[in-house]
Amino acid sequence: MKKTFPAELGELQNVLAFADSELEKAGCSMKAQSAIDVALEEIFVNIASYAYPGENGTAEIDVTADQSEKCITIRLSDSGVEFDPLAKPDPNTALKASDRDIGGLGIFMVKKMMDDVAYEYKDHMNILTLKKCF
Amino acid sequence: MTINTAVNGSAMKVEIVGRLDTITAPELEAELSEHEDVSDVTFDFSGLEYISSAGLRVLLAEQKAINSRSGKMVLKNVNDTIMEVFEITGFIDILTIE
Repeated sequence: MKKTFPAELGELQNVLAFADSELEKAGCSMKAQSAIDVALEEIFVNIASYAYPGENGTAEIDVTADQSEKCITIRLSDSGVEFDPLAKPDPNTALKASDRDIGGLGIFMVKKMMDDVAYEYKDHMNILTLKKCF
Repeated sequence: MTINTAVNGSAMKVEIVGRLDTITAPELEAELSEHEDVSDVTFDFSGLEYISSAGLRVLLAEQKAINSRSGKMVLKNVNDTIMEVFEITGFIDILTIE
């Protein structure tokens, strides 16, 4: 099911509530649901924070379930500034606390917690596709 | 999210119930910043359901602050989902989890 949200931080709870209700309908495990929530939060917060500098915009979220494969696919699209979140190098997770940077973890978590993550820029839209099997 | 803190001298217990996400992490950050004189912090995560990178950032900042005070920070009752997040991000090696 598809739904469009204003690209604002205040919409985060609505985005997660929409996704969770779709995931529950699909029979997604709690563990996979938590992983998807973490990923979805990181991506939506990025869009809300950076995609539309100085203007209002929207993000479309499309959740589909493949019951034979037992996988969920979530597609997030926005028409904001072209940005490939996957292009950023991964943080060094082996460093000790004093050497760790406070930021840069979000996308890394998304990559690690999903089974597949893909980005494309098409027809002036950023499209990020997350896949998680449950 | 609900935060319950109990301070006893230089030691503090922090119980977090609910979700530590982009919206709620600043509340925890504000609460911790009110106790900069504390050197030993114990987090009780038995009621913590969920953590995102915004929550991790607050924990890392607190760990650094405690290290700089030569104190000790301990996390207790971490559930499986949150433990997985700690494993993926390497936080499991930075934090003291009991």
